[in-house]
Amino acid sequence: MARKLFAAITLVVVAVMLFVVAVVMRPFGEPPSVMDDYIIQNTQEVTGANSAVAAVVFDWRGYDTLGEATVLFTAFTGVALLLRGLKDGSA
Amino acid sequence: MMSVIVRTIARLATPPILVFGLYVIMHGHVTVGGGFQGGAVFASATALVLVAFGSERVRRYITVSGLTLVSCAGAVLFALLGFGGMCKTFFYNFLVGSPLFGHIPEYGPAHEDIWTGGVIAPMNIGVALNVIASLSAIMLTMAVVSRKTGDGE
Repeated sequence: MARKLFAAITLVVVAVMLFVVAVVMRPFGEPPSVMDDYIIQNTQEVTGANSAVAAVVFDWRGYDTLGEATVLFTAFTGVALLLRGLKDGSA
Repeated sequence: MMSVIVRTIARLATPPILVFGLYVIMHGHVTVGGGFQGGAVFASATALVLVAFGSERVRRYITVSGLTLVSCAGAVLFALLGFGGMCKTFFYNFLVGSPLFGHIPEYGPAHEDIWTGGVIAPMNIGVALNVIASLSAIMLTMAVVSRKTGDGE
């Protein structure tokens, strides 16, 4: 019973949230574009790269990319650690 | 080891996949793509070869310890390039204006020039080494283990 109540409350909350977002949302094609415009205007001058996406990923958001590389490296380390015993032929 | 048809197709398809992966990596700062995407393309060739020829044969040519070395080298290269701009901030693009990848293109659609992008191009290579080696090592380890435990080919 408590689970059903919880599910109903969650459903109502999510539905209200989606409805509010749908009403308040900006018109299509008009995002808040201060940062976008800055990046588009200054990418080639500041970073020297023609690809703005690469410039954002590796220059302006370098921290984020470092985290991504760390995630991949951690996955590799985990697989190597977990399966090392099996690989050596103990299985 | 798959049938001779699969092996022949794999033989034919692997070199173009590797070349395309290298192209995406090297032109990451000029066109779409980059280290992650090109590395994934490159590593998909490893998956193809592993499926077609079996892990026993692949293990003769690439080892997990060697791939570990390459992966660590890529990660260290990436981090060092991040620290290279420490005179300003972490991940400052210190190569813009220098002879190495230092050309600054004009505003707007520009001609393709590989010597642009500053620190982005070597960072692409570092990330690509990391991605290639990590994905290949994960797939190789899993293939070897599934063979040992009898789950698969």
